[in-house]
Amino acid sequence: MKILVCISHVPDTTTKIKFADNKLDTNGVQFIIGPYDDFALARAVEIKEKEGGTVTVLNVGLADTEPSIRKALAIGADDAVRINAEPVDSLFVAKQIVEYAKSQDYDMILMGRESSDYNSGLVHGLVGELMDWPSIAPTMRLDIDGSTAKLHREIEGGHEEVEVAMPFVAGCQEPIAEWKIPNMRGIMMARKKPLQVVEPVAVEGVTTYQSFELPEEKGDCKMVDAGQMDELVGLLKNEARVL
Amino acid sequence: MSVLVFIEADNGVIKKSSLEAVTYGSKVGDVVAVAMGSIDASELASVGKYGASKVLHCSDERLNDGVISATAKLIAEAVNQSGADLVVMSRSSLVDAVAARVAIKVGASVVANVQDLPDTSNGFVVKRGVFTGKAFANVSIPEGKKVLTVSKNVVPLEETGSDAVVEELSVAFADSDFGVKRISVHKQDGDILLPEADRVVSAGRGMKGPENWQMIEDLASTLGAATACSKPVSDMDWRPHHEHVGQTGIKVAPQLYIAVGISGAIQHLAGVNSSKVIVAINKDPEAPFFKAADYGVVGDAFEVVPKLIEAIKNNQN
Repeated sequence: MKILVCISHVPDTTTKIKFADNKLDTNGVQFIIGPYDDFALARAVEIKEKEGGTVTVLNVGLADTEPSIRKALAIGADDAVRINAEPVDSLFVAKQIVEYAKSQDYDMILMGRESSDYNSGLVHGLVGELMDWPSIAPTMRLDIDGSTAKLHREIEGGHEEVEVAMPFVAGCQEPIAEWKIPNMRGIMMARKKPLQVVEPVAVEGVTTYQSFELPEEKGDCKMVDAGQMDELVGLLKNEARVL
Repeated sequence: MSVLVFIEADNGVIKKSSLEAVTYGSKVGDVVAVAMGSIDASELASVGKYGASKVLHCSDERLNDGVISATAKLIAEAVNQSGADLVVMSRSSLVDAVAARVAIKVGASVVANVQDLPDTSNGFVVKRGVFTGKAFANVSIPEGKKVLTVSKNVVPLEETGSDAVVEELSVAFADSDFGVKRISVHKQDGDILLPEADRVVSAGRGMKGPENWQMIEDLASTLGAATACSKPVSDMDWRPHHEHVGQTGIKVAPQLYIAVGISGAIQHLAGVNSSKVIVAINKDPEAPFFKAADYGVVGDAFEVVPKLIEAIKNNQN
């Protein structure tokens, strides 16, 4: 089994978002592997341990993303690829992944259902279409049965079980696997695992992030006494107009 | 501008969020809609009230399964037939998976999670949510075809027209378009779909156990709301994962979100911060949810919720 796992490098979930010079102000921001990508990576490592094969981790990013890549190696990926470019948008990222993946003969490409910074959730579909492979997202369960895979895909109000022949692309989310925390042996081994740096290809038709803005500040929460639920209903009806 | 809007149905009934997408499209240009699977002609024609002049309908029953590749092919075919410059789709589990494939098939730029009508005064700029609801970005899309996935409640429904013309759309599907085979569906019939709901009642660990959820269902039923839960609750299997609201679960944007016994961790707020009005009920006066809520009640859920149900019923009578 030859698996490619694409990871994003995103601000920690609890980061207070600020902007400077029309981009994220990274001062004091801790970066992590995209939380959804972590699920994809954990499942890929489990599949490799059961079925044999290799897991390659890929990130589109500048050199500052290498701590996240090394962490993925410490979790259990065998080798890594960094496409040496700042991600511009989903299409840019997808085309970089496809340019690398199309010559590598992977059985599956896994990634998170979206990155937690730009939240587009498009990359798995773009990669699937560009590779002319099926894509399944959001994937909550992934089991291998010979040359086919059985997956659970979340739908409104439940989930569906689907079956697909390899190769395919999946955009993953919990509860596909438990996140893995690297142990000391993994961290030591990760230092010696190969990390290949590849230059990007040019991509046309990308979007441009012109400006950012923060949501309006919330007003104070209006407190209602626990014994006065008629008052709360009145406020929801007459003030908020949602009843 | 020529606009194609993809409309989805649930059990033959077109989703309200899809009708919102038609209203959105009608504010940008002339709308043709595209639909698939088993939907009555009268239901399809009713889309005209929201601004579509025509509905292209592929009645192939294989599309009832919501197959990602085949749905993308259908929409791409509709783009070619209608000559649309812009494709608008309301976000859903299917649309999120399909939009990217449509964009590649028709050579379009694609932007997801759009929060407002486009600004066309200088090019084509849309506002979209980023950083999991903590910020917005204004994104310029280059000239040429465009695909947008639009969040719920971006525009209110507007009835402006009359019935649309319905035309059968024939698509030459290949077996590979149905390469992902649906084996089974696990879905509770009759429930209000959480991502579609205008009102949501959500509960957390403060409920102490799954056996106490009847009270939450009673409140939801009284309000005509969907039920939801926090991540720890779905992790402990008190409630199914598809009810989990938060950063790694479903993101909702209802008119009213009532959180019962949920502390309001930042990961939970990331899934609900697009709600119009938030009510937090928690016995801990320091619960972070009170900083994000519009209305707060400090009290024991087991005492407050029955009183709230009674107050709502009294108001309805």
